[in-house]
Amino acid sequence: MSVQEIYDARHGEKGGYLTGATGEWELIIGMEVHAQISSKAKLFSGSPADFGGEPNEHVSLVDAAMPGMLPVINEFCVAQAVRTGLGLNAQINLRSVFDRKNYFYPDLPQGYQISQFTYPVVGRGEVRVDLPDGGVRVVRIERLHLEQDAGKSLHDQHPSMSYVDLNRSGVALMEIVSQPDIRSAEEATLYLEKLRTILRYLGTCDGNMQEGSMRADINVSVRKPGRPLGTRCEIKNINSMRFIRQAIEYEARRQIEILEEGGSIHQETRLYDQVKGETRSMRSKEESHDYRYFPDPDLLPLEFTQAWVDDIAKGLPELPDAKKARFMSAYGLSAYDASILVADRETAEYFEQVAKGRDAKMAANWVITNLYGALNEAGLTIQTSLVSAAALGRLLDLLADQTLSGRLAKDVFEIMFSSGGDPEAIVLERGLKQVTDTGAIDAAIDAVMAANPDKVAEVKGGKDRLLGWFVGQVMKSTGGKANPQMLNDALRQKFGL
Amino acid sequence: MTDMTDLSLAEARDGLRARRFSALELTDAYLAAMTAGQPLNCFITETPDRARDMARASDTRLAAGTAGPLEGIPLGVKDLFCTKDVLSTAASHILDGFIPAYESTVTANLWNAGAVMLGKLNLDEFAMGSSNETSYYGPVLNPWRRTGDTAKLVPGGSSGGSSAAIAAGLCLAATGTDTGGSIRQPAAFTGIVGLKPTYGRCSRWGIVAFASSLDQAGPMARNVRDTAILLAVMAGHDPKDSTSVDRAVPDYEAALTGNIKGLRVGIPAEYRVDGMPQGIEAMWRQGARWLQDAGAEIIEISLPHTRYALPAYYIVAPAEASSNLARYDGMRYGLRVTGKDLTETYERSRGAGFGAEVKRRILIGTYVLSAGYYDAYYLRAQRVRTLIANDFKAAFEIVDVILTPSTPTPAFALGERNDDPIGMFLNDVFTVPANLAGIPGISVPAGLSEDGLPLGLQLLGKAFDEETVLRTAGVLEGAAAFTARPAQWWRT
Repeated sequence: MSVQEIYDARHGEKGGYLTGATGEWELIIGMEVHAQISSKAKLFSGSPADFGGEPNEHVSLVDAAMPGMLPVINEFCVAQAVRTGLGLNAQINLRSVFDRKNYFYPDLPQGYQISQFTYPVVGRGEVRVDLPDGGVRVVRIERLHLEQDAGKSLHDQHPSMSYVDLNRSGVALMEIVSQPDIRSAEEATLYLEKLRTILRYLGTCDGNMQEGSMRADINVSVRKPGRPLGTRCEIKNINSMRFIRQAIEYEARRQIEILEEGGSIHQETRLYDQVKGETRSMRSKEESHDYRYFPDPDLLPLEFTQAWVDDIAKGLPELPDAKKARFMSAYGLSAYDASILVADRETAEYFEQVAKGRDAKMAANWVITNLYGALNEAGLTIQTSLVSAAALGRLLDLLADQTLSGRLAKDVFEIMFSSGGDPEAIVLERGLKQVTDTGAIDAAIDAVMAANPDKVAEVKGGKDRLLGWFVGQVMKSTGGKANPQMLNDALRQKFGL
Repeated sequence: MTDMTDLSLAEARDGLRARRFSALELTDAYLAAMTAGQPLNCFITETPDRARDMARASDTRLAAGTAGPLEGIPLGVKDLFCTKDVLSTAASHILDGFIPAYESTVTANLWNAGAVMLGKLNLDEFAMGSSNETSYYGPVLNPWRRTGDTAKLVPGGSSGGSSAAIAAGLCLAATGTDTGGSIRQPAAFTGIVGLKPTYGRCSRWGIVAFASSLDQAGPMARNVRDTAILLAVMAGHDPKDSTSVDRAVPDYEAALTGNIKGLRVGIPAEYRVDGMPQGIEAMWRQGARWLQDAGAEIIEISLPHTRYALPAYYIVAPAEASSNLARYDGMRYGLRVTGKDLTETYERSRGAGFGAEVKRRILIGTYVLSAGYYDAYYLRAQRVRTLIANDFKAAFEIVDVILTPSTPTPAFALGERNDDPIGMFLNDVFTVPANLAGIPGISVPAGLSEDGLPLGLQLLGKAFDEETVLRTAGVLEGAAAFTARPAQWWRT
């Protein structure tokens, strides 16, 4: 890629640069994300593609590359790739070609990986990444192609031998290649999170990084702002947001130090050592494999019609960017709240159920502050939460019709959160209904005033501050159930304020 | 009683149906012939017990009236086809002890039709060769000898075990595979019929891959009718092979009407190569006259890119082979020679497992696919391939079939060309273009050379027009009346 093709993703803004001994450095990052396609079967064989299973339990004759075995494309996996391409606003190529990438390794039974080299199924697209300062970074997608995963080598099962588990061999992957539009470690993780969100909305990848469903190769280089691009190093196969951030930060500092000492960067592939927190050289450009790509003669070119693509497009869900815009316009939410709510599809759906026919801002507040706060603290997710959207909605209704005060509502929510149940039932069962009967409130006030004539005199003498003390006493005597507004009004009336 | 093994497949089929003899009797006759024929080294693995079991089952079905189209017919299988529970070697050391848990689609079709498996036939290692001399299991001998000479001759390759076994009467017919002529050239060298179908006509599933875009399974038999009968069973769409074509299988036997009136037969100028023996040139002309006498029209045509076919083939085929053979790494099956580390285990296993010709082609293939060479070699070869396919397309606008010699020479002596790989490659000069273009081709025995060796004529047809190819071949066969048989010198 030439320098001219790298557009200035910073739009001329300064800031966010790394500072070295010789001044500021700009960090240039491109990512290749391997996302495992959610599918029942593998890309070219009928074996199950699920995670787990006993070693070598999900292996067909094709996956083990027995002599004479042939790949047959899984149409569903192709549809998933197209669906993803549509979700990335990318060009869908009606004709693409599978190539063989040749290299030897025991977890690669065929001796080649079937991938797409020259003609990928999906071309250019983009991902819009919301930045914490409210801005948006548009990361251009170069391509998305289909390929097979390799098996897994196990080096810790035998003193002198390695074992190979081929369960993953042949599982369908999408490799999503970005242009070098990312400018910081933080942006890199935000990009990956956004990509993950989109894939999860589309249902094309479960985004489970711990199980290896998403892994990233990161290309990192640095340059003086405005200067031509520096030489890049590729950090291979990182599968956690934290390590991505650490690896980029380490690598950027390493490159800056070398350059500032007058050295030069050698293009190479590096590994991130999670224990030491550093990257180290895996192989140089000279040692890099010659993969001898050529079109796989066992497979015909992948061809489908625009009508087939259009059918897939019709089934596309509302995607996070569109949903966020709608949440802002239809519900009047802030950009910040909206982006939190759309971060995953389940939360967004949950919020909309709660908000339906209710005060949307209040619903957003409750979902974000109360529910999310509690979920985070308890290490739960919206799927494992005991509070259903319908129940939370009814709780908000009780708040709206003044059955509950804000404080009482929080108490009820805590009960719902820890042991489930319906808010009305909890209110009835525990007698938490707010007292809105003016007579009862008056009586309670009168009792407190009668018992504390000195305090009454002080208020009447001008010590308005003591009103708060009266509110507290009445609340105490009513078990916290008095409607705070009515109580306040009644007190002021009594004192003629 | 004449020897049962003298019957053609069609005659044997009819005899079995009429219960003139049993499938077991027929199979036993062949098993006896195989034992006598062992000096020819046609079989890598004989499966007599399985053959008798299958024959007995055939007899039961014949008695019950549920016979399949090949019921009780004893066949040999080129050992490139994986056969369930039977050693499958590709004639390579690297597949030592490999017993598949699966059956290739083509052989499964044969057994489902009632055929009996006699054993696995020898071949060039991984089907790479034109003389059957590259087999780890030793060369196959051609049952034919030159007049007055006892020199050992090659049976052609790579389906040399198949061709020799059929010519020597060790099996009724056999499967072959043809990547650059591996069915037609050995058929020509041994006086039998061999058909390479259109690419995609027969499933490749379960056949050890040599060059995926060129490999095609096909029948080899004593005559055209037997070939047609066999093809009808072998052919068909297979969802497990993405390159197999979903197209109805015609009744090929019914296509043998003997009527070629008005058929346009092309004679390509470019197939007159320098140094071709006079006898072959003469037979080619004779073949054209026979067809003309039967009512066909002979038309001179041009296939201008023919001379680029062989170089293109020797880039494309090794390129694909270098990748296809990467799976033989000593890790999961076959030979493993352990070294001090992974790399050394790879090197030792593949070093010991592959023979010289296979190594040569892996090296060529790896080279032509390397960075910086891909465009100059592989991509250009693919362009040549398109040009050759276009040559045929244009020719088939004018003609219905094309007549050529099958090979530029008759069978040569064992060891004669071992130091001359290019000379060996040149043997495929007439057969390779059909593989590059994916069109069907057949070799029919048409006469004997001056020193008494069989010579074949090749007919090439339009894609999926095996019917015309077979019909024309039938006419050629009838006119040639090739009845010569090798003397059974190996029985002494």
